[in-house]
Amino acid sequence: MGILEVKNVRKRFGGLQALSNVNLSVTENSVHAIIGPNGAGKSTLLNCFVGKLIPDSGSVMFDGQSVLGRAPHEINQMGISRVFQTPEIFGDLSVMENMMIPCFAKRDGAFEFNAVSAISSQKDIIEQAEQVLEDMNMVNKRHMHASALSRGDKRRLEIGMCLSQEPRLLLLDEPTAGMARADTNNTIDLLKEIRDKRNITIAIIEHDMHVVFSLAERITVLAQGAPLVEDTPENIKGHPKVREAYLGETV
Amino acid sequence: MFGLNQKDGQLILIIAILVFLAPFLLNPFPVESELAQFNAGYPDLMQRFIIFGIFAIGFNILFGLTGYLSFGHAAFLGVGSYSAVWMFKLLSMNIIPAVILAVLVSGVFALVIGYISLRRSGIYFSILTLAFAQMSFALAYSVLTPITGGETGLQLALDDPRILGQQITEQGNIPVPSLFGLEMRDSMDVVIGPWLFTFNVGYYVCAIIMMISFYIAVRIFRSPFGMMLRAIKSNQQRVNYTGLYSRPYMLAAFVVSGMYAGLAGGLMAAMDPLAGAERMFWTASGEVVLMTILGGAGTLIGPVLGAGMIKYMENIISKINETILHEWFRWMPDGIEDLVVTLIYPFIGKGWHLTLGIIFMVVVIFLPGGLVEGGQRIMRLFRRRSKSRNTTNSSDTFDSAS
Ligand SMILES: Nc1ncnc2c1ncn2[C@@H]1O[C@H](COP(=O)(O)OP(=O)(O)O)[C@@H](O)[C@H]1O
Ligand SMILES: [Mg+2]
Repeated sequence: MGILEVKNVRKRFGGLQALSNVNLSVTENSVHAIIGPNGAGKSTLLNCFVGKLIPDSGSVMFDGQSVLGRAPHEINQMGISRVFQTPEIFGDLSVMENMMIPCFAKRDGAFEFNAVSAISSQKDIIEQAEQVLEDMNMVNKRHMHASALSRGDKRRLEIGMCLSQEPRLLLLDEPTAGMARADTNNTIDLLKEIRDKRNITIAIIEHDMHVVFSLAERITVLAQGAPLVEDTPENIKGHPKVREAYLGETV
Repeated sequence: MFGLNQKDGQLILIIAILVFLAPFLLNPFPVESELAQFNAGYPDLMQRFIIFGIFAIGFNILFGLTGYLSFGHAAFLGVGSYSAVWMFKLLSMNIIPAVILAVLVSGVFALVIGYISLRRSGIYFSILTLAFAQMSFALAYSVLTPITGGETGLQLALDDPRILGQQITEQGNIPVPSLFGLEMRDSMDVVIGPWLFTFNVGYYVCAIIMMISFYIAVRIFRSPFGMMLRAIKSNQQRVNYTGLYSRPYMLAAFVVSGMYAGLAGGLMAAMDPLAGAERMFWTASGEVVLMTILGGAGTLIGPVLGAGMIKYMENIISKINETILHEWFRWMPDGIEDLVVTLIYPFIGKGWHLTLGIIFMVVVIFLPGGLVEGGQRIMRLFRRRSKSRNTTNSSDTFDSAS
């Protein structure tokens, strides 16, 4: 039984069957990659995990509990954090503030009317946020406006924000899309470190095969809204159906 | 000091001094001089500066921090006024219970209106708040006449019960609002040479309440709650996916800012014990939006500056007429004098709205941060001149909204 169990999930947008009968099981403390051509339904599937979309049918269980029908903040508080395909950060806030907000969410829960104490008196939050910034190698940028960061740094920040919550399941949607090679390699190193150092399960959507094969322990190939195969990286590399449907286009 | 960092403490201290000295500062021209009409230091106007300042400070907690634009905040102002007048009718002329009830009742109204309006965001939220305010306005005029006094407004009468206070004064008049015997309308005139300064009880009571309100607003801005509100403004989606439930945060901000509006409305009634439905009209809601944007939405002091500027123009610029203009430019040759007066005339007197409109457009286009940004740019210009050798500034992380 995996930490994330997806059974018979279907989702239709008007006339388009975006997901047709998806089954997926993600083992705890592993890295599971979901690959597939553009429009295969990968982001849609992730949206069903975090409460952005509700599938037409099927079930999504996290740690034995259904996430369907729960609001995004509830699902996050259950232990699922998501990094989006285009970075979702607080552009008007400083990098440090960006990092403190998830720390508050972790400590105080979904709502806490704390209008009395000063932020500067929240020593534990500040310490924690600084620690994550250090892990992300971003301490020297702590005063910057997040919107002024480079694309790679925005992504790092968003990953850091998710990690600061110490989620049990981290969802990454194309974390290296649009990154330069060097940035991509940095991100791979970062994710490897996270995988090795923490008790965390990672589900990653990725186009870049180099990233996928450096990180993943299992790979699911999604095509036209349905899983084509699920296997280890070695077997996926040689799989004829995969080569035909997907790898043939990009390798 | 009082849980504030040094910069905020200094800001509050400076404002306290300015507000305390306002009767001097706003009356800089001798009574007999031609410029005396620019004097704004009379009690009625000074009270309005302060009361609308409070209104705008509260509005800014919602609009400045979260970016949600309420177009119906005047409803809470009106509710506050009605509540206060009812307290004067039923309980006593002491302003403390009146102001407390005004804050509580407007808080309850804000809770209900906010709960419904916050189901939508953006323009739909604005329209919902506008609809609620206009509805309150219409109801106050018609169905609710027994509570609101309808078209005549809610006024005090000799036969009001005032169970805890004096029903009628010894002279047979309706008593006036007071704070433990200190009457709001009491003033002391001080004549120094050709100058006249008026120190009014009501003004100082309002001023003290404003300083407390401002202090609370600063604390909210610097608190984790304030940071969450700024996060919602910046990216509400990220807030939700970070495990934070944005709706109660928004509702709390809405209620707090509604209570500020109710406080302002209550103080209006405390200065002049009557309340009318026009206080809830949509133009009154629009006015506080203008004040906040003009001064600088999301800044601490901006809304107060904006409120002061608009009230000054409304009361001072609007009073200048053609005769006064001719007097000013008498020293010019006749033809040119007439030309100058003709050119300026549309912008003064009843034309003050035109001037305000132009200033507003200029500010929005060139100074998106409002008057505060204007001030900051001027300060920076001076600083660059005074110390060309730059020292790295060690700015605090949490002062992005100064
Ligand atoms: N909210 C939506 N409404 C309508 N169609 C959508 C929506 N989201 C995704 N789609 C469509 O569903 C298909 C799958 O999209 P997506 O999950 O984003 O693919 P990808 O695998 O590239 O992430 C695409 O054809 C996309 O156009
Ligand atoms: Mg996608």
